[in-house]
Amino acid sequence: MKRRHLEVGRYHGLGTWTVLCFAFLYLPIGILIIYSFNASSLAMTWTGFSLDWYAKVLRNDSIQFAAVNSLVIATITTLFATAIATAAALALVRGGRFTGHTASLGLVTLPLVVPEIVTAVAVLIFFANLNLNLGIGNVIIAHTTFCIPFAFMPIRARLVGMDTSLEQAARDLYSSEWQTFRHITAPLLMPGILSGAMLSFVISLDDFIITLMVAPAGATTLPVYIYSMIRQGITPEVNAISSVFFAASVLLVSIYWLLSRRVMSVPKGTGTSNASGGSRT
Amino acid sequence: MISLPRNSRTRTWLGLAPAWLVIGVFMLVPIALMAVISFLEANPYGGVHFNFSTDAYVQIAFEYDLEDNLVFNPIYINIILRSVGLSILATVVCLVIGFPVAYFITLQPPSKRNFYIYLITIPFWTNLLIRTFSWILILGRNGVIETPLLLTGVIDDSLNMMYTNGAITVGLAYSYLPLMILPIYASLERLDFRLVEAASDLYAHRLEIMTKVIIPLSMPGIVAGCMLVYIPSLGAFIAPDLLGGGKRLLLGSLVQFQFATARNWPFGAAIAMVLLAFVVVALMIYARSARKRALIEGDL
Repeated sequence: MKRRHLEVGRYHGLGTWTVLCFAFLYLPIGILIIYSFNASSLAMTWTGFSLDWYAKVLRNDSIQFAAVNSLVIATITTLFATAIATAAALALVRGGRFTGHTASLGLVTLPLVVPEIVTAVAVLIFFANLNLNLGIGNVIIAHTTFCIPFAFMPIRARLVGMDTSLEQAARDLYSSEWQTFRHITAPLLMPGILSGAMLSFVISLDDFIITLMVAPAGATTLPVYIYSMIRQGITPEVNAISSVFFAASVLLVSIYWLLSRRVMSVPKGTGTSNASGGSRT
Repeated sequence: MISLPRNSRTRTWLGLAPAWLVIGVFMLVPIALMAVISFLEANPYGGVHFNFSTDAYVQIAFEYDLEDNLVFNPIYINIILRSVGLSILATVVCLVIGFPVAYFITLQPPSKRNFYIYLITIPFWTNLLIRTFSWILILGRNGVIETPLLLTGVIDDSLNMMYTNGAITVGLAYSYLPLMILPIYASLERLDFRLVEAASDLYAHRLEIMTKVIIPLSMPGIVAGCMLVYIPSLGAFIAPDLLGGGKRLLLGSLVQFQFATARNWPFGAAIAMVLLAFVVVALMIYARSARKRALIEGDL
């Protein structure tokens, strides 16, 4: 049966096309990584294998300074964005229907819709008018705003799929609201919170245009530093730091992927899921 | 009944308060401020004079000649048209590349599907700047494409592929291809394959099955994918900056240029408002098509 389905809808060349598409997606990055091992000081001319450029990256104080900035900003941003997003998701999913529900949902997802460059210059104007200069604080504020929807979406998805029967059982057994939240809701929600946190960490770490516009002197992040290196001329050092950055992102995304597969498999309560599903909205 | 009747309204709003505060103060207020700035007079030394003026918007299409008459100036109109044109082109390229791939993934057994989707999402989550930069190594002078052709004598001069509209389009399509594939896959995955089989049983040709059954049923995903590619392409900065050499500006890089280099804030703000208007129009068209579809599906 199954086999016949596939044959009916199957078309020639689909597999080849998909292979070409993956080549399109991955070859440029592969070439970048290969060239990072180039001994030549000219990025485009291959002369032999070498790890010199990685050694040079390790010795480059500016790169390390920018990398530390990036990590500090991403960590603090993630804490703020995830906390705000968790509160908002709980309110929106568990709060039932109320006036302002749609407006609030729109607000939380607004940073996804507005083009990044518009957010960047709007925040730049705002900070300039307030004369606000908190160093990396400015960047953290801008990143937190931008990362809230990315943290929000997996948390909300987890909450929507979560059965309330365990929570109801806890309440029936005289646990207080706080106890219920602490021992039932929070642990069940945790995979959603973790993958939301992971997403906002990656988004903050990767962000370039908002940081470029908003960061005051001394708050340079790694992508902004890489951009200034590219502007000065393409050297294998750019390839090396880019490859390291790429590897770090792939690692984070893979962790996120493993977590999110657990988000999909929401533990169901016993039997009452339909009844409680109706009462939630 | 998990929702707690006692003061639950207050609780809900307390939960939403931080989000409203942060996004309200650091996004809504700044965008409103930007709208105000776009109607102020530019200070030639940077910043603004607090006088109402529509100069910034007039400047998009006109300039003053030596005798102070307004004459049509196509520079910025061209940038707007190029932005829209290249964004549409990038969207079409992504659709042509992406649809067969999304369809191929749907045909795989479920365990394999997840892995394919993982491979599609990885580039999306890695740094856009680095991904775009890697195209300089490919398209650039003495790059991966040119060098072998030069060595074998197929060409005897640089192809000059960088700093062209083509290079920007490739960069845009490369940037946002995963955003086309994912929603199309999401709607194809829900497609009821018995309909495909029914069409086949009723002697529909393969091509007819594709154009009359599979594509119409995956329309929501196609439309969503097109939106997700078109909107960020309009405001893109990295691809036009790195692959267009900063000379072939798009709306996004024009805004950045006005704020970072030219320091004409009202004009930059006005361009940003135009960009925002394009996005709002696109979203309205999208919302309308979604509503229409909901109505049609409701009738069934």
